[in-house]
Amino acid sequence: MTRKQKRLIAVLGLVGGLGVAVALVLTAFNDNLVFFYSPTDMAEKQIPADKRFRLGGLVEADSVKKDGLVTDFVVTDLRSSVRVRYTGILPDLFREGQGVVANGKLDSDGRFIASEVLAKHDEKYMPPEVADALKKSGQWNDGQGHDASKMNKSGS
Amino acid sequence: MIPELGHIALILALCLALVQGVLPLVGAARSLQGWIALAPQAALGQAVLVAFAFGCLTYAYVTSDFSVLNVAENSHTLKPMLYKISGVWGNHEGSLLLWILILVIFGAAVAVFGRNLPATLKARVLSIQGLIGVGFLSFILFTSNPFARLLPAPLEGRGLNPLLQDPGLAFHPPFLYLGYVGFSVAFSFAVAALIEGRVDPAWARWVRPWTLAAWCFLTIGIALGSWWAYYELGWGGWWFWDPVENASFMPWLAGTALLHSAVVVEKRDTLKSWTVLLAILTFSLSLLGTFLVRSGVINSVHAFATDPTRGVFILIFLAVVVGGSLTLYAWRGPALQATGVFAPLSREGALVLNNLLLAVACAAVLLGTLYPLALDAINGAKVSVGPQYFNAVFIPLTAPLVAAIAIGPMLAWKRGDLTAALRRLLPAAIAVLVALGIGLYLQNGRSFMALLGLSLVGWLGIGALCELALRIKLFAAPLGDSLSRARGLPRAAWGMTVAHLGVALLVMGITVSETWQVEVQQVMKPGDVTTVGPVQYRFDGVMPIKGPNYTAQQGRFTVLSDGRPVREMMPAQRRYQQPPMETTEAAIHSSVAADLYAVVGEGDAERGWAVRLYWKPLVSWIWLGALIMALGGFLSLSDRRLRVGAPKRAAITAAAAE
Repeated sequence: MTRKQKRLIAVLGLVGGLGVAVALVLTAFNDNLVFFYSPTDMAEKQIPADKRFRLGGLVEADSVKKDGLVTDFVVTDLRSSVRVRYTGILPDLFREGQGVVANGKLDSDGRFIASEVLAKHDEKYMPPEVADALKKSGQWNDGQGHDASKMNKSGS
Repeated sequence: MIPELGHIALILALCLALVQGVLPLVGAARSLQGWIALAPQAALGQAVLVAFAFGCLTYAYVTSDFSVLNVAENSHTLKPMLYKISGVWGNHEGSLLLWILILVIFGAAVAVFGRNLPATLKARVLSIQGLIGVGFLSFILFTSNPFARLLPAPLEGRGLNPLLQDPGLAFHPPFLYLGYVGFSVAFSFAVAALIEGRVDPAWARWVRPWTLAAWCFLTIGIALGSWWAYYELGWGGWWFWDPVENASFMPWLAGTALLHSAVVVEKRDTLKSWTVLLAILTFSLSLLGTFLVRSGVINSVHAFATDPTRGVFILIFLAVVVGGSLTLYAWRGPALQATGVFAPLSREGALVLNNLLLAVACAAVLLGTLYPLALDAINGAKVSVGPQYFNAVFIPLTAPLVAAIAIGPMLAWKRGDLTAALRRLLPAAIAVLVALGIGLYLQNGRSFMALLGLSLVGWLGIGALCELALRIKLFAAPLGDSLSRARGLPRAAWGMTVAHLGVALLVMGITVSETWQVEVQQVMKPGDVTTVGPVQYRFDGVMPIKGPNYTAQQGRFTVLSDGRPVREMMPAQRRYQQPPMETTEAAIHSSVAADLYAVVGEGDAERGWAVRLYWKPLVSWIWLGALIMALGGFLSLSDRRLRVGAPKRAAITAAAAE
């Protein structure tokens, strides 16, 4: 093999390797982009069961029912609402009437099965996505806090 | 009075930074000796002024001077002394001041330890450091003055976020900043080299210790952050691919690449332009990380700044630094000619592969971190990129990297012999077979990831030891001979082996803990016993307790091994009064073999408490591995060759001058 051929092989190997890496990155990227929806978005769009997404809104008052580790509650943006089920320990500041973001997918009868629940972590905080969703549904008032701060998370 | 003195010191430091940023640069261009000689003095003066200002703020915190707005908002008289001091950097203004302090300390260190640098190069490097200082000092003085007064002074402060009241986190920011800011020296050297139009092995030797030091600190800083997330957040995980974590991980990846490419410049006088680019990118990523974390675009415990002018300031500063240095690079970079020839199968070839994989991994992390922000800015769509993406990309990219770590050091410079290298790695290949055998034998070790991880550990661990054994002629020469060779081995060689073994430990910890971890979530009543892996947890109940600035519900578990009690664990739910906040305190018992980890959630005596219990084998090896990597770095840093004699620039040869 001449020097030129060797160099060609090296360059081709490099370019090929990079190509594989880029393909890998982009495929993984497409598969794992998780969208955020409010309950109203969910009512408007048909989201297939088994598609992973994040749901955000307020925990509806008097909707939380616990049975051992299983918690059922309703997330609302005050226009539409969605039933949610989560199994596991909820974050410290999970409360009725307050903002949450849940990560998971829909089951066959339209219930959102959360694998992870994020709640606000202090008295003032509202997850920004939830604040935006409430603004969109026209239910936002500025009295609700919007001090960016910390998320509290619980996952399984 | 004292806060005003601190404020004045900062203003003087800004003036001095302006002088340091302009005069030596002009002096070096025009050969004005007096102006060149100004640089080290200015750097030292700045360090003294900023250290004084930092001391003033610390004094205000220690004495709980609530007439200073910053102290009133972030401190509290009841806080333990450690957190009064760490509270200095537990907020936006103070952390910025810490950043500047570290920047000027690095500047002063270049002035002091860079005695053997040519005067013009030193002047230029310090000038660039001065200009970075101008940016940050104006930022702090014009948008985030830590010494602003609050009148009338309140009687009590608002307190520090309880999540930050933790020894791991008290030292996490200083280490992280030592890393971030340390890369500014590599950046300054790169820009100075571009201005001079000259990069040679001597340059690489001067840059390497600074890069190495920054890399070690950043490694420790990231490890501390991960350890903190593990035990303080109570989620049981140690890495979440959170944007904030990625922000510190990207400069680490780029810095690791820089560390290795600088070796190629030093030994083979090639790969120059790429190394300069990496130095620029590494520091740019550090700045980007600071922007992401501090500007509030990402919600997290780190987002202090919510004032948009601050975010805009950092963004403009970032644009000037990145844009300016890359323009300079585009203009002067092509002048950096390589003199060495390049064969793909050689030590330098392996190092290029290392750089390529690290760069692609870094780009992949960057894409996953910035894409949601970009999409939100463009059309308001809210998306997030989950850990699945990062795992799917990162593991296939790092697996070949880890495999190559064993081979690279076996290859000779210039022309390596892959077959010979592989033959010398025969023991490592045997270790892979043994590891595969163990994996296949163990229940649930048959997953692809577990087998891959174990094989990599065997390959890299034994491979690194093989390399060491070859160097000291272990078994080939008499033992005494080998020992004296081991003593004679340069520290840099030891450092490399130790750091690579650290990687093996890290991969081992990740693989084993991810594969064999046992997690149990259930509701328990007092007296219940549940089996978690090889141990049992007996739940003894919950009782209220009171701490210095919180109250808590404390659960109590007795851990049983073969029916005999071996230890007690007391996880708690704390409720802090100031600021009002609840935190989960996991109870963790760490050992080399496995961690026990217990969290107690909500509940009452009647229905029982929700609990989460883990058995995590070898999980502590993850941080141990990271610390050993940093230790390897420090070992290499202590190599005499980096300090004494060697960095003397050769006379410009005809080839280099062309």
